[in-house]
Amino acid sequence: MREKIVYAVGLIAVAIIAFDLYRMTQIGEEANQGAIFKIIFFHVPVAITAMICAAAALIASVLFLITKNFTFDALAVSVTEVGLAFLAANLVTGSIWGRVIWGVWWAWDARLTSALVCWLLYAGYLMLRHAIEEPTQRATFAAVFSIFAFIDVPIVIFSIKWWRTQHPQPVFWGGGSFPKEWLPIFLWNMLAMVMLGIVLTVVRLRQENAQRELDSLRRMAHAL
Amino acid sequence: MSFFRLVGVVAVKDLRAELRTKEAINASFGFALVILILFSFAFERSIEGVQEISGGLLWIVFAFAGTLILNRSFARELPNDCLDALISAPIPGAALFLGKAIANFVLVLAVELVSLPVFGIFYSVDWTKQIWELLLVLLLGTWGLTVIGTIFSALTVNIRLREVMLPMLTYPIMVPALLGAMQLSSALVAGKPIGPDNVSWLKMLAGFDLIYTAASMVLVETVLVG
Repeated sequence: MREKIVYAVGLIAVAIIAFDLYRMTQIGEEANQGAIFKIIFFHVPVAITAMICAAAALIASVLFLITKNFTFDALAVSVTEVGLAFLAANLVTGSIWGRVIWGVWWAWDARLTSALVCWLLYAGYLMLRHAIEEPTQRATFAAVFSIFAFIDVPIVIFSIKWWRTQHPQPVFWGGGSFPKEWLPIFLWNMLAMVMLGIVLTVVRLRQENAQRELDSLRRMAHAL
Repeated sequence: MSFFRLVGVVAVKDLRAELRTKEAINASFGFALVILILFSFAFERSIEGVQEISGGLLWIVFAFAGTLILNRSFARELPNDCLDALISAPIPGAALFLGKAIANFVLVLAVELVSLPVFGIFYSVDWTKQIWELLLVLLLGTWGLTVIGTIFSALTVNIRLREVMLPMLTYPIMVPALLGAMQLSSALVAGKPIGPDNVSWLKMLAGFDLIYTAASMVLVETVLVG
């Protein structure tokens, strides 16, 4: 039953995205940037979903260190992997936009650079996990690393922002103007991305739990 | 014994062990020299050109060479199960961490202070124009590197591919500290004192040091004992 709910939520998310894609073809083009502007309907929601994932990973890691409950460890690794995928989508869409507007795929602009550094940070988390065999040690070290990485995120963002600022000011909070009739598409896409993130996390979480069960069975078989 | 006394004991022990063998510090300085030579092939060596990239060049040398020292910090304790003895000794994990961090700080700083004049000679740059402010940046930047390096040295000591994992994990975390130290050093080597336009880097560097020293001291017990 729970499985069906998960897949149903996933299907709804995909349906919303498909409908939004149709609606995006119906709205006009932005005055200066043309059609490429519409990438914002994906670029920003995946970024926000990735940030939510990073926060969830922090909470799961702290909870693991407090309770030593392996479910939180499984949640931390699942949500980090999903967040990494969303951040990668954010980087790729940003890069495509940059190619059209700036003429280059990569510009060492503040936000692109800090997103890349954050991506590397969390990729390090997964690499650290792969390098440790013993489950308790792996979970503990990974949780500590996750906390360190999360502390770094705001410092990275601010320091790179001082380093250079070339990114267009955010259209939502930074003086830009976002047409009112485009807002529903954006918000629906936002919702769909978060739903997709939750579904992927749950699927990954189940894999992680199955893996742990397999490992313990294997250990039992060896002990016999 | 008081907390700081314990910190001192651990730091002196590490420094003495290193100074008797000199294995990490010699390797580190040799590596710094090699990178300084390699960079001369990579860049235009006009005086203005070198001044502009001096901060980046120096801190890449420091970060690479420092990793060799930091890698050894906890790995040194593996033979004869010294690490287990240290962990079971009646001292708080934070004191052990701080002692090791201070010993590493002294060693990395020593490599840096020898590398700086070598850099000045190789690239014919007068780096002494703002020497006191440069020294301050050196202290703050190096503390940032050593705090991160020491806690991750503890984190990676027992895992396979230790030597590969340490730089892969630490450099992305160090990005803000390295960026700030590079910006400040470039300006200082060129003779520009720290002013209102770049004082925020200095504050960021100090903040980075404080935050990570605190976080490491809180979490080190978890890393060592589990």
